[in-house]
Amino acid sequence: MFRSLLIANRGEIACRVARTGHRMGMRVIAVYSEADKNAMHVQMADEARPIGPAAPSESYLNIARIIAAAKESKAEAIHPGYGFLSENAEFAEACTKAKIIFVGPPPKAIQAMGDKARSKTLMAKAGVPLVPGYHGEDQSEKTLKAAAQKIGYPVLIKASAGGGGKGMKIAASAGEFAAALASAKREAASSFGDDRVLIEKYLTRPRHIEMQVFADTQGNCIHLFERDCSIQRRHQKVLEEAPAPGMTGKRRAEMGRAAVAAAKAVGYVGAGTVEFIADSAGHFFFMEMNTRLQVEHPVTEMITGLDLVEWQLRVAAGEKLPLTQDQVKPGGHAIEARLYAEDPARDFLPSTGKLVHLAFPPASDEMRVDTGVRAGDAISIHYDPMIAKLIVWGRDRAAAVRRLAGALDQCQAVGPATNIAFLSRVARHKAYAAGEVDTGFIERHRKDLLPPPRPATGRELALSSLALLLGRVEEARVHAKRGSDPWSPWHAAHGWRLNGDNHHTLSFRDPADAKDVELAVAAHFRPGGYALELPGGKTVAASGTLHANGGLTASLDGTGECVTVVRQGDTLYLIDGAEMRRLIFVDPLARASEKEAGAGKLQAPMPGKVTAVHVKAGAKVKRGQALLVLEAMKMEHAISAPADGTVKEIRYAVGEQVPESAELIVFEAEG
Amino acid sequence: MGVIKSAVDTRAEAFKNNAKAMRALVDDLRGVAGKIREGGGKEARERHLKRGKLLPRERVRTLLDVGSPFLELSQLAAHGMYNGEVPAAGIITGIGRIEGCECMVVVNDATVKGGTYYPITVKKHLRAQEIARENRLPCVYLVDSGGANLPNQDEVFPDREHFGRIFYNQATMSAAGIPQIAVVMGSCTAGGAYVPAMSDETVIVKGQGTIFLGGPPLVKAAIGEVVTAEELGGADVHARVSGVADHYAMDDAHALATARRIVANLNRGKRPTIELREPKDPLYAVEEIYGAAPTDLRKPYDAREVIARIVDGSVLDEFKALYGTTLVTGFAHILGYPVGIVANNGILFSESAMKAAHFIELCCQRGIPLVFLQNITGFMVGKKYEAGGIAKDGAKMVTAVACANVPKFTVIIGGSFGAGNYGMCGRAYGPRFLWMWPNARINVMGGEQAASVLATVRRDNIEAKGGKWSKAEEQKLKAPIIEQFEAQGHPYYASARLWDDGVIDPAETRQVLGLSISAALNAPIERTRFGVFRM
Repeated sequence: MFRSLLIANRGEIACRVARTGHRMGMRVIAVYSEADKNAMHVQMADEARPIGPAAPSESYLNIARIIAAAKESKAEAIHPGYGFLSENAEFAEACTKAKIIFVGPPPKAIQAMGDKARSKTLMAKAGVPLVPGYHGEDQSEKTLKAAAQKIGYPVLIKASAGGGGKGMKIAASAGEFAAALASAKREAASSFGDDRVLIEKYLTRPRHIEMQVFADTQGNCIHLFERDCSIQRRHQKVLEEAPAPGMTGKRRAEMGRAAVAAAKAVGYVGAGTVEFIADSAGHFFFMEMNTRLQVEHPVTEMITGLDLVEWQLRVAAGEKLPLTQDQVKPGGHAIEARLYAEDPARDFLPSTGKLVHLAFPPASDEMRVDTGVRAGDAISIHYDPMIAKLIVWGRDRAAAVRRLAGALDQCQAVGPATNIAFLSRVARHKAYAAGEVDTGFIERHRKDLLPPPRPATGRELALSSLALLLGRVEEARVHAKRGSDPWSPWHAAHGWRLNGDNHHTLSFRDPADAKDVELAVAAHFRPGGYALELPGGKTVAASGTLHANGGLTASLDGTGECVTVVRQGDTLYLIDGAEMRRLIFVDPLARASEKEAGAGKLQAPMPGKVTAVHVKAGAKVKRGQALLVLEAMKMEHAISAPADGTVKEIRYAVGEQVPESAELIVFEAEG
Repeated sequence: MGVIKSAVDTRAEAFKNNAKAMRALVDDLRGVAGKIREGGGKEARERHLKRGKLLPRERVRTLLDVGSPFLELSQLAAHGMYNGEVPAAGIITGIGRIEGCECMVVVNDATVKGGTYYPITVKKHLRAQEIARENRLPCVYLVDSGGANLPNQDEVFPDREHFGRIFYNQATMSAAGIPQIAVVMGSCTAGGAYVPAMSDETVIVKGQGTIFLGGPPLVKAAIGEVVTAEELGGADVHARVSGVADHYAMDDAHALATARRIVANLNRGKRPTIELREPKDPLYAVEEIYGAAPTDLRKPYDAREVIARIVDGSVLDEFKALYGTTLVTGFAHILGYPVGIVANNGILFSESAMKAAHFIELCCQRGIPLVFLQNITGFMVGKKYEAGGIAKDGAKMVTAVACANVPKFTVIIGGSFGAGNYGMCGRAYGPRFLWMWPNARINVMGGEQAASVLATVRRDNIEAKGGKWSKAEEQKLKAPIIEQFEAQGHPYYASARLWDDGVIDPAETRQVLGLSISAALNAPIERTRFGVFRM
């Protein structure tokens, strides 16, 4: 076994591999880009080497730099994690050339599976079931239609050169075939300059089921059961679980045999995943093989009790597989949820920014959180916006689903938008509980999973107000402690007045409320708490305690409540289970200083391209109104009015490229 | 340790009656204060709001740290005067926290007679400045006033303690290093223009604030120039051209935010030179004060019952407990601040006066603030006592009180009559703050006694001439005198004329004293040099 291991990756997977490396007594070497200087994976390592600028092409994808770092740090092996160089045969070869062990399959296996067409031919030879289809050169309509007939409707017509759904059409019956074919060819020609198509059987309610395989250098190859990754949105996995709902022993054995055959066909070594598409009738067909450790591998670890990274390292060191097929036994049910910085309400657009607040449920035998970020870290535009993976285990699926829903309630992230509430809605959905999973799940239940925004309730306003008031009390307490007159009654924040009561008015704006009116809460100071007069006139007796992590234990009219409130500038995040309410706190004093700054510049936050201009010069606009949209790093950034005012000048037009900090709009605040 | 053992029986009928009577007085006080808080009435308030201005009390709230206590001063000023049309004398003054710093806040209420200065308004403004000076509190003036009230100009303008003194105070306080900050949120005409002009830093609100020595009507009359108020002295003129104002604010909130920034940059710290302790609640509920102290001033009661409900842990380490027992003296803490307490427990005799002088000397020697709890009908009279030299012993006490340079705080918890008022640090003896309970009475002597004195003089006169004076005739003379003394001795009457700094709820005595003492600690405690004690 080697004594040192370089991890050519970042984020949660780098941290996860480092943990096993440490457990096995290895010296762990991290590599990092400029953006990751203080990242968690760097801090966890025994040694860390810089490998270049933030852009992946110049750092985490830079083979020469990584090999150089490995040599300098005298690493005996390199673990590539997933993504980046993990399925890069060239990199695997470069490792071998540098006499460093590549923890992964032989370059030949990577190449064989990397080429989709070649892999399918190989699989067919090995007797692995493929989706019935026609991949021939004869592109005449007659031949294609005959092929479709033979495959059986519905069929999928796909661009041969394509990918990503472009030039993909479904023909449900023979009658629809001609039109679908013409359309597919047209799109294929325009997208890829090649109008050749292939025809495949189209599965209704298809499921994504994959088999984890493991092979050693001595020719042993076993599978570690399946994972069902059917809950997807736009081909991105959202929830993964094992075992697959409805899986039978017989079918598992069949899929396992096929997977092992697939691996053996390419001389596979190490951890790999054979992905199948399955239908409700129990048929399954080979799609592709991932020649690396999968993001969702913890699901398999939770049901087998194995450490797949340990296995990878042992296999890489030339050891025999620790267990035979008969010795591995699955137990219970595991589910993984991927927590992403993305905005489900905006079609899952990735979101970036500093994670101002971050909390996860405590780890246990049934609960695992794999993450590579801490509170204060940023989700940057350069890398995958994953925040964490939450993996739960239960005796059976129902127990696991329950635990998942509960655990999501304890996941909190403030800063970029996240999919936590969305995940929770999936986990709590009746159809999910019933195991009705297929790749169309999210689209089918869109209404339930992505409900329209709902205006803040009185209760939410009361809790937010209480948190602000208690925050002020805490601030006063801290100030008191620091001063030379620590017990002065002047430190109090209960608004005492001579011979009278007092109140303080808090104003909010609710971004979820289309009316966008100011919501005023009059907080009347009362012994030990407040009487909160809510918009609409209802009054609630509120008291509570604020905890260091933003936790708020509150009593509203005697009912106990436990939420978390995080304040970031003038934005207040009320986290209530998995749901998060965002409110803008309108501080008259802060608003005043904003007026001073209002005349300031509206600059590009990063280099990018102007994709939309919503206003004309001279337009009168409202605070928060979107003025211009900038696209940078595949993300849209709206530039909005900092205050009510007038647009004086627009410096860039749609389609223009803008450098960072360029002044986009000259704005003058009202007043 | 001198933990006071209360002898009050909270279940006794007398206790319940006392409590009921006191509660009625407190309820009345809160009612009166509530009415005063409304300022110049609904219409005037709505007019004010329509102009985009914040109401004066909202200005105070916005200016102060969120939730800061506000120790309002002279709340009942002008109460029952000027036909009852000038609540709080049209000006709000008090101490509050701005950016963690205790400041004196002086706010004109433009909803009350345009914020013009009545004689009592001037007195209240000057009293606030006096408190600021003595306790070294930065002053923030929120100006929105039409200046002197012209019909009352003779009582507002010319004298030493009149309008001009405001600016004299600003100049001399600034010289003493006490920051003077003005926020012009309305008009500032004629003499009023000097408030911002004499300040260290000035903020002016666009479209609201104006500063000029002569307003448009005067300008037209004097030199024929036709000009709008805004052109003559608006924010743009003063922030961009004249330099009379230093900061330009878009609205009230912006102006108050700017004022807060100014205070945040004052570079002031509070360094109390006394030994502080963590506060402890009294052993007895403060509300019991209602039942412990009778509202009927003729009923004697033990001052320790009040002290036990004011001081930390109800601990009073008494000094000379067995000597001059009509006065209680001792060391205690109020909200963690060490204090020397002097409280009446009956009429003052030679011994009690000398004990007081001795105790005050101790507190001055040690730099301990003094708290006087006044409930005094006066010094003992009669042949025996005059011969015993009560005048010179009383003088010792008065000398000690007058010269004591430690911060002094007085609460009139019962009667305040005659020379007892002097010995117990009445208004004339410069307590930093003087508060009054709603059951208290203040007169040169009791109404009953005054009437009797006058009746005796008259009877002697008539009888010396051989005349006769019937009981009924005597009663006719006495009744209006008693009535006058009762009316003029009432705390509201006193407070309306600023003989005190406010009438307080007895149950809040500890809180008010704590805030007062803490505010006073912004000034260093000076050494004392006593005058000649007549031996």
